[in-house]
Formats: sequence, C-alpha cells, structure tokens
Amino acid sequence: MTTAPIPDRPASRPARRAPTLDGKRIGAYLLIALGALLTIAPFYFMFVFATHTRSDIFHLPPPAWFGSNLDENYRNLVERVPFWRNLWNSLYLAVLTTGFTLFFCTLAGYAFAMFSFKGREVLFGLLLATMLIPGTLNIVPYALIMQALGWIDQPRALWVPGMASAFGIFLMRQYIGSSIPRELVEAARIDGASEFGIFRRVIVPLTGPAMATLGLVTFVQSWNGFLGPLIIFRTAETFTAPLALRSMQGIANTDWGALMCGVALTVVPLLILFALASRQLIEGLTAGATKG
Amino acid sequence: MQATLKSAKPRRKPSWSDFQRRYAPYIFISPFFILFFAFGLFPILFNAFLSFHQWQPGTGLGDMKFVGLRNYTDNLTDPTFWLSLKNTAILALMSGLPQHLIAIPLAFAIQGGLRRMQNLVTAVYFLPYITSIVAISVIFFTLFSWQYGVINSVLNALHGLPLIGALFPAEKINWLGEKEYVQSAVAMVVVWRYTGWNMLLYLSGLQAIPRELYEAASVDGATRAQQFRYITLPLLRPIMFIAVTLSLIGGLQLFEEPFILTNGSGGAGQAGLTTVMYMYRTYASYSDAGVAAAMSWLLFIVIGVLTLVNNRAFGRSGLAGRD
Repeated sequence: MTTAPIPDRPASRPARRAPTLDGKRIGAYLLIALGALLTIAPFYFMFVFATHTRSDIFHLPPPAWFGSNLDENYRNLVERVPFWRNLWNSLYLAVLTTGFTLFFCTLAGYAFAMFSFKGREVLFGLLLATMLIPGTLNIVPYALIMQALGWIDQPRALWVPGMASAFGIFLMRQYIGSSIPRELVEAARIDGASEFGIFRRVIVPLTGPAMATLGLVTFVQSWNGFLGPLIIFRTAETFTAPLALRSMQGIANTDWGALMCGVALTVVPLLILFALASRQLIEGLTAGATKG
Repeated sequence: MQATLKSAKPRRKPSWSDFQRRYAPYIFISPFFILFFAFGLFPILFNAFLSFHQWQPGTGLGDMKFVGLRNYTDNLTDPTFWLSLKNTAILALMSGLPQHLIAIPLAFAIQGGLRRMQNLVTAVYFLPYITSIVAISVIFFTLFSWQYGVINSVLNALHGLPLIGALFPAEKINWLGEKEYVQSAVAMVVVWRYTGWNMLLYLSGLQAIPRELYEAASVDGATRAQQFRYITLPLLRPIMFIAVTLSLIGGLQLFEEPFILTNGSGGAGQAGLTTVMYMYRTYASYSDAGVAAAMSWLLFIVIGVLTLVNNRAFGRSGLAGRD
C-alpha cells in the first residue's frame, strides 16, 4: 500500500503511490481526454461551419469536415456589416482599456504593497468589497449617465470607466508585495529617486509577468464585452465585433455561413493571443488565487 | 509644543521628498477611487433614487415623478418578474452545481495524473472562458438546432450503441424551441464555458496543499479516496468558497448566454428569461427606467442574501480573509 517518498518529485505535487492501478489511471485519462474533446468540439464546428453555406450547415447529417464556401461567406459577411470597422472598434477599445488598466492598477498596487499610509487597510478593504458588487445591476444608471454625458455611441463610455479595476489592483499588489524586496525601493529612495521615478524604473520592469496576466485578462474581457456595448452603441459603424455578429443573428433570414465566418474572425485573434501567452496567463492567475 | 521644538532633530524641515513620500500613495491609488465613485458608487446611489421615481429615459430629468414604493410593488406583483427570478435561480443551480462537481475531480485528476501534458490540458479546458459569449452562443445556437443540429445527431447516434444506448434519446430534442429544454440548453453552455475556469481555481488550490500531508496519510494506510475526502476537500475549502461565490454572483446575473440563445426573446414559454434580461427589456424596450431600477435592487437583495448564506456555509476565509 505504501511506498517510500520519491525524493526528486517537485515540491508542489502530492504524494502518489506507485502506479499499480493502471486500469483506473487509464480510465481517468480517457475521461480527461473526453472532456477536452467536448471542450474544443464547438471551436472545431465553428471553423467547419465557416466554410459551408447556410443550407449545408442545416442539413442532415451536419457537415463534419471543411467545405468550400469560405470566400462567399466572407464576401457576404463584409457586405452585411462593416466587419473590419467593427473589429477595429473592438481593438481600439481593448487596447485603450488594457493600457490604462495596466498603468493605474500597477501604480495603485505598488502603493498598497510598498507604502504604509494612514487608511491603507480601510481603503484596501473597500477596494475588495467593490469586487463583490454585482456590476450588471448598474446597467440602467450607467446607460442614463452616459446619455446625460452625451457619450452614447462613443467608445469612451466604455474605456473611461474601465481604466482601473479592483481585481487588477488586487493582483498587482499581491505580486509586488511577494516578489519585490522593499530594500530595493529604499535603496532607490536613498539614491534620491522621486516616488514616480522609483515606480517607473524599479517597479514596472520587475512586474512583467503579473502585467502580462492582467493585460491579457483585461484585453479578453474588453474584446468579448457584450452588455456594455449593447447599451452604448446604436449605429452599425460604432458596433464592436460581438455586437455586429449579434445584429446579423437578429434578422429573419440569417446567413449562418457568413455569421460563422465572422465569429471565427473574432475568435481567432484571441486564440492566437492565448496560444502565445496561455502559460503566463494560467500561471499568473493561479498565483493570484493561491496567494489570496 | 515647546518640548518638540527643543528636541527637534536635524532633518526637521519637511523636504520635497518627505512631502512626496507622504502623499504619493494617495495620488497613486486615487485614479481607481475616482473612477469607482464616478462609475461605481454614484450609479448605485442614483439607481436607488431612480427606483422611487417614474421616469422614461429620453424625456429630460425634469420629468421624474416620485412614486414612492410603487415600482417595487409593481415588480413584486408582476408574474413575469417572479418567473424570471425562478428561471434565474434554476439556471444558476443547474449550471453552477455541475461546474463544481466536474471541476474538483478534474483538477484532482489533472494534478495527480498528468505531468508533461498538464499545461496543455489546462489550456484546452480554459479556452471557453476566454472566448466571447456572443461567439459561443452563436455556435451553440447552430449546434442545438432541432432537426439538423450536431448535438441531436450525436445523441441519436449514441442511442444506437449497445448497453449504454438507452441513456440517450431516440427522438430529436427541440432544445431551444420547447420550454422543457431551454434551461438545460442554456445551462449546458454555461457549464461548458466556466468549468475550465473553476478547474483552474481548484488546481491552484491543490497545488498549495503540502505533499507531506499525503505522504503521512499514505504511511498511515489511507486510500486515495480517503486522502481526497480527509485532506483534499477540507484544505480546498477556502478556494471552494471563492469559486462558489463567483459562480453564485455570476449565475444570478446571467444575461448573455440566454439572451443570444433565445435571440433576446426569452425562448419558449419565457423559460430562458433571466432577471437581468427582463431588467434590460424593461429599460430598453418598455422604457421604464424606474421599474428596471427597482428590479435591480430586488435582485441585488437576493444576491446579497444568498451570498451571506454561502458565507455562513463555507466559512470565513474568503476573498478578504487573509493577506
């Protein structure tokens, strides 16, 4: 039943008995693989459907392999909605939101992690409490405020409120507090650096991994946002990509091939981004969660 | 006063760097708090104010009419509001429970059984979370199609299998067209989307459990199942609390998935109409801002009460528990 501990096992893994129960283990692998298959199947069908006509998609049996209608789907897509304009709107919003969030959250995270000041605990508690307020419930006043400001159809209605997030500050504080020694900051101070100078030259270069995580999360959230844009944008030119897709689905004779092509074009940039940075993202997120 | 003057140290004069040091943190954290007051707190208060008024957006603010609690009583006597609340609760449960029941053993299996593949498998399971809900819902809309959908085709094919075939339906299911199935369809999409996210949370929790505990237990002759029951589950509680809280708050605010899957209509028999959807409809289609505001407060109360219950059930070491 028991085995001697294997000395060179990585510290974070729990002890395991020798793999005697091979049948069980294979069963577990099969279940994990089946789950993974079910998880990526919809992505597969998204790409397959993007290459088929509407009547092919709704045909029995449904297409399981790529077709030859991608060109036409694409042409129909850009004919129906200003798709590249919509994609640009999404990008513009996501870049602005992410840029500001990174700057302000790192700055605030640095303050909470490295300074001791009056009211720090209270303010940080308040910040954490704001994370528990259900955001969706604010849609009515949010819409009214944006209307009063004349920000309807203006991207700033989304990126200005999105410039900083409690989650981002929380994440940056955890990271800065646990990975950057205070002595470094003290040393810079003795050398006569200004507070913002310390932030720019000492803190920012050392927070790369956490910033990558926060940047990705913010970018993805902004890129995928739906309810906010739905309230703010009213004309097809100002729509973000998800809104454009939604507007194509709304009409009676939906061109599902073209729609799927648009869906794929919206998802692909995220898939590429994720492929490039998934390791960092997952490690950053788990680090943030365990240290909570 | 005089005493302090006499014992003044050489560096008494407040210098520029002292000044900086004292006020820098406040300046550094101020953007968040300014934004929070402008776009977080103020809307909440304004919403409370609005909920006691009758008002149609589009007319000026001067047209607000105080109606007392009427918006609240209107909601509480509106059968559709109760239906939406019921739908929301059912959907939150139907989609919330499976997420965790799958995610916990999955994280356990991935952490215990996979080594080199771990990151790849985690990434695959996490993929739905980073994908736009609109894109997902559009894809699932076609997959759920009654006569020609992939899901029905696969289920019917599975029905032909020996032994386990009886578990699967022989008939095609009208997922989005019949009110018995709309909620299952929405719940499936939500489960598909968030299970990987929860799995990742649990994985991080598992990685924080010291391996010595398992070694000691296995020296004492504990089986793997016992280790899971007596070590893993108790030590996973804090992360479980976070994960369940997030699912709860998210589940009760469900909007995008049912909105797209039912094309904004709420689906057959309004079975897919959630409270946030109804709130949006009340505001955007019925132009009844006051009633919508009151509705959001009622939902806020429901969420608050359930969060408290959850707090009691899962203990105190929550989001703000430890440093």
